[in-house]
Amino acid sequence: MIERNEVKKLAELARIKLSDTEVENIRKDIDSILAFVSQIDSVSTSNTSPSYTNLKNVMREDGKPHETGLFSKELLGGVPERDGDYVKVKKIL
Amino acid sequence: MTTPEDKTIVQLNKDLTDRKISAAELARGYLENIQKDDKDFNAYLEVYDDVIEQAERADIAIENGYVSPLTGIPIAVKDNILVHGKRASAGSKILENYVASYDATVVEKLKQNRSVFLGRTNQDEFAMGSSTENSAYGVTKNPHDTARVPGGSSGGSAASVAYRGALAALGSDTGGSVRQPASFCGVVGLKPTYGAVSRHGLIALGSSLDQIGTFTNSVVDCELLYSAISGHDGLDSTSSEGHSPKKNKIKVGVPRHFLAEGVDEDVMSNFEKSLRVLEGKGYQVRDMELPTVKHALAAYYVILPAEASTNLARYDGVRYGLHKGGSDVIDDYFESRGEGFGKEVRRRILLGTYVLSAGYYDSYYAKAIDVRNVISAEYELAYESVDVIMTPTTATPAFKIGEKTDPVSMYLSDLFTVPQNITGMPALSIPYGVAEREGKSLPLGVQVTGPNWSEETLFQVGKDIMNES
Repeated sequence: MIERNEVKKLAELARIKLSDTEVENIRKDIDSILAFVSQIDSVSTSNTSPSYTNLKNVMREDGKPHETGLFSKELLGGVPERDGDYVKVKKIL
Repeated sequence: MTTPEDKTIVQLNKDLTDRKISAAELARGYLENIQKDDKDFNAYLEVYDDVIEQAERADIAIENGYVSPLTGIPIAVKDNILVHGKRASAGSKILENYVASYDATVVEKLKQNRSVFLGRTNQDEFAMGSSTENSAYGVTKNPHDTARVPGGSSGGSAASVAYRGALAALGSDTGGSVRQPASFCGVVGLKPTYGAVSRHGLIALGSSLDQIGTFTNSVVDCELLYSAISGHDGLDSTSSEGHSPKKNKIKVGVPRHFLAEGVDEDVMSNFEKSLRVLEGKGYQVRDMELPTVKHALAAYYVILPAEASTNLARYDGVRYGLHKGGSDVIDDYFESRGEGFGKEVRRRILLGTYVLSAGYYDSYYAKAIDVRNVISAEYELAYESVDVIMTPTTATPAFKIGEKTDPVSMYLSDLFTVPQNITGMPALSIPYGVAEREGKSLPLGVQVTGPNWSEETLFQVGKDIMNES
């Protein structure tokens, strides 16, 4: 059983604002989903290589870089708040 | 308009090269259909304003003899696939005004073919859903019965092909999001082998599960579109390439134990009929067991939220997308993400955060990965004695809008489609038969799946079921 405080903590970790009603609704939903997924406990997994996935990350070789500024205008076009060619955020320190 | 919609892409390609029809005329026909019918179904979020220009460019290419199989073919694109200079919102408010700064690899490949992009189609927000009811831009309706859902998450793409608003469409399939709506809307839906189609330019949901797939009216069209969009791509680190030749004398396995409960009677008898059709064509059909497959959905609802919560961490309201100001820089995140994400998305992000957090990681996430490996091993073993495995695509025909209110009952509609994402195997949903409900004929689908890279064999089974030559 997941507690309201745990849901609040998760929302804080995930940086999502929730109202009090939502905390309770999501708590109930997560509870029923966890009850459903807990059936995986009944599967014997002792014969599998533990937590192994055969996916591996493949990094691209550093090739020739593109010309500086080639995409800047377009990418900056999507920035919600900017100051010239800078992405603007509130004071951090 | 003459009825080019009843023709396959191959036939239309011939008509285009023979100059019986121009790409512009073809595009106009589809724009008319959209204009006339889309208000009833809400399949499109946006119809592009340069469709005729694209078609005219295709016509110039045809005049100059530069014709490939998909030149001038009108295609719809799911809202989570990037088309340079066009909006791509993934059905979410958080990306409402996001304009793609590059082409997805699949789009680039189709542009090289001079295909014509009609517009972007509705979907569940970030592809989280099985009904398209979770879109921030209204629900899409099933063209066969507007009181019912088209399935999801690629519901707009499925509906657009079903009501002749597009000749073909692209979607994405993370747990059935191409195959389930294809089945509900009566069209062919393919989820290719994981890695077969580049996901570069697909807005990520669950990166170990996501795959771009296709909607078409026929299996031959599906085959053609698949061959155009597949292939290795250095821009997708999980891209791969493979091929396995078409089988003759195909042996079909049916995991009847998995179908024993919860499958609608009409769906089951229709499925049996499809097996009889195959037996009539020389296929062997036999029962088989996949002991752990019933737990695939549970493993999926641990793995998927975990990956989704990670992927969706990028929406911070700083670099692109919705920005809502708060009291400080951290509060900006809370405000932007609180406002931009819908209910199901928030639910899955929190669930994903939970299963990945210290103290729960081993009992949920690590355990789910182990279950995933057990299921994959069972399928591999099964393919030693059968070539393909068949089930109905879904346990029921399309359900009603608003019918499924709790998340778990919605999740259960993907019971038969999730295992292929868990294992990476390709799967094809083939429209076959109908179920009569309240005076409406609702399409049904059967799903055929095989080992990685067995697409050609799946196409053969599909053609045999649909009586395509």
